[in-house]
Amino acid sequence: MSKLTMSKAINEGLRNCLETDPKTLIMGEDVGKLGGVFRVTDGLQKDFGEDRVIDTPLAESGIVGTAIGLALRGYRPIVEIQFDGFVYPAFDQIVTQLAKMHARALGHIKLPVTIRIPYAGGIGAVEHHSESHEAYFAHTAGLRVVTPSNPDDAYWMLRQSVESDDPVIFLEPKARYWDKAELSAAPALDLHAAKVVRPGTDLTLLAYGPMVKTCLEAATAAEQDGHRIEVVDLRSLSPIDFATLEESVKRTGRAVVVHEAPVFMGMGAELAARLTEKCFYHLEAPVLRVGGYHAPYPPSRVEEQFLPDLDRVLDAVDRALAF
Amino acid sequence: MTVKSTSRARKKAAPGVTDSLRTGKDAPAELVQLLTPEGERVEHPDFPLTVTPDELRSLYRDLVLVRRFDAEATALQRQGELGLWASLLGQEAAQVGSGRAMREKDYAFPTYREHGVAWCRGVDPLNLLGMFRGVNHGGWDPNEKNFHLYTIVIGSQTLHATGYAMGITKDGAEDAVIAYFGDGASSQGDVNEAFTFASVYNAPVVFFCQNNQWAISEPTTNQTKIPLYRRAAGFGFPGVRVDGNDVLACLAVTRWALDHARTGSGPVLIEAFTYRMGAHTTSDDPTRYRATEETEAWKAKDPISRLKAHLEREGLADEEFFAAVDAESETLGLRVREGVRSMPDPDPTLIFDHVYAEPHALVAEERAEYVAYAQSFEGGE
Ligand SMILES: Cc1ncc(C[n+]2csc(CCOP(=O)(O)OP(=O)(O)O)c2C)c(N)n1
Repeated sequence: MSKLTMSKAINEGLRNCLETDPKTLIMGEDVGKLGGVFRVTDGLQKDFGEDRVIDTPLAESGIVGTAIGLALRGYRPIVEIQFDGFVYPAFDQIVTQLAKMHARALGHIKLPVTIRIPYAGGIGAVEHHSESHEAYFAHTAGLRVVTPSNPDDAYWMLRQSVESDDPVIFLEPKARYWDKAELSAAPALDLHAAKVVRPGTDLTLLAYGPMVKTCLEAATAAEQDGHRIEVVDLRSLSPIDFATLEESVKRTGRAVVVHEAPVFMGMGAELAARLTEKCFYHLEAPVLRVGGYHAPYPPSRVEEQFLPDLDRVLDAVDRALAF
Repeated sequence: MTVKSTSRARKKAAPGVTDSLRTGKDAPAELVQLLTPEGERVEHPDFPLTVTPDELRSLYRDLVLVRRFDAEATALQRQGELGLWASLLGQEAAQVGSGRAMREKDYAFPTYREHGVAWCRGVDPLNLLGMFRGVNHGGWDPNEKNFHLYTIVIGSQTLHATGYAMGITKDGAEDAVIAYFGDGASSQGDVNEAFTFASVYNAPVVFFCQNNQWAISEPTTNQTKIPLYRRAAGFGFPGVRVDGNDVLACLAVTRWALDHARTGSGPVLIEAFTYRMGAHTTSDDPTRYRATEETEAWKAKDPISRLKAHLEREGLADEEFFAAVDAESETLGLRVREGVRSMPDPDPTLIFDHVYAEPHALVAEERAEYVAYAQSFEGGE
């Protein structure tokens, strides 16, 4: 198979979902003729019709709220939120309704809704187009939260998300939409499994979504200094495959968590706390975190200073190794 | 212009407001009424209704039993058996009238006050008390009686109803949905988004607004400058204001609206003009914001006494009938009382049940931790 970009891989995944299950629908703003602002739904309305690929009114709460109703009627909606910063009008429907309805009905009903959100920065966008809000969703019980870092995962994880009977927040790292890779013939992993994407012995870099690539580059760079860095791609943020993480950190004795979202109260805090609890006697250094500052996502001319890059990751690696 | 759609085929979204009759300020009679407060039957040209004496009696029975259930729940809250209760006192006609207008396969999306609708759907009243007692957050299977869970976040359910209705259209089915909400909810974005989606997709959903004049302490004038039913015109579908204390008018208008929706003519907004006779909930104190004279004036429009007056005036029910309904209401009261008192607390592991439909590692882990912790106490299970 030839190489596909991540956006095309997701497009293929969506196409496959629409083909295999007539109950799946795609809903969102501009997902039809335009094919989405990132062209992720390109050509789908043409092939599956306006009843399956639905251009919705501009109302995010309305999109998610009606998707819930459609799911109650037996449909399997795949919702596209145009950009990360525009999910907030739908936040209420997601956290108070979508996440809780299965439990409120004591399991009598299921809400198989997948919400795709292009997220995170690094593409020089204007305000509200670069945010990482994964912690809000991962903090909410009832939601599953996943984020692929490469085209193959994007394809298979999307299909697994749509097949899930639970609501899934599917975060697409937009800076990686144009990365290319071949797709495998079958999913290598369960939707919620973490993956060691580069083995090493001296320290574990924990990352997900857009930062996996950055961490892989950092690991390659660190090799020149003689450091053998392991990189683990979390892939799933709720649930987290702690077993794989703990196993890695127990082996390397050191861990650095890297994400774009602000460090304060973020995923890194959870990972550091958990790894400290579970791997205390194996740790040679405190678990360090690299991420965004406690500030609104900055104007794009300075986003490089906000986002963790090779140097900031390597700096943290050095600090951890120095203990 | 006919108000009855005869088209069986589902149409594409109407290009404009086709049913101007009840959309705007030109609506002929602002308040649809079929039964006066004195119990006199009146006709409305657009909403003819034929009801048999049997039907009238059974409507009366529903009104009385629903009021009795509600009174029992209020009492149970006072006795400490329920943490909270949202009474429907005064709104029985709006709920029984609209509830009885539904067909079996129609679907209702309630707020937290639709006990009368639940009754008409055949939901066991005890089911409604679980969340107020604190043993669950709803608990019943919505698909069993096509009655969705109570929704507390104001207005949210109108979107669920609309999405469900969009699904009906996709299925090519001839069912309809009814979404309940209050006058306060009409200010929420979700309700307005639901209007937009329903209109654009011509969804078979009836928006049933019970304007009980108050949103806790805020009067309707805090929510709108125009009569609420006229909002529909701006979204491109018909709006009707009905006397919400008149069970016959509510039945006729809702039946019409559901037919309008199910036959492909799109959504309808019904504003049932009614009054909340009691407190907003048992935690509320309406004496702080509401004049006694206002409540007294509405008492004269009571939905039950007006139907009773009608039955008596027309000689459609005798003492024996009324006594039988009263006896049935006593039995219901007893069943509710005993049912609530014997409602067991859930096993604490309920906390972990049904968080997800599929296994979730963190929930499994925390559940195991909880169980081990609970068992570490003497006598722990
Ligand atoms: C989004 C939201 N805001 C506030 C509340 C608190 N609250 C509960 S009921 C209510 C008033 C609702 O009034 P209305 O929609 O007229 O319905 P009614 O209770 O009168 O039937 C408020 C403010 C809530 N439940 N949800």
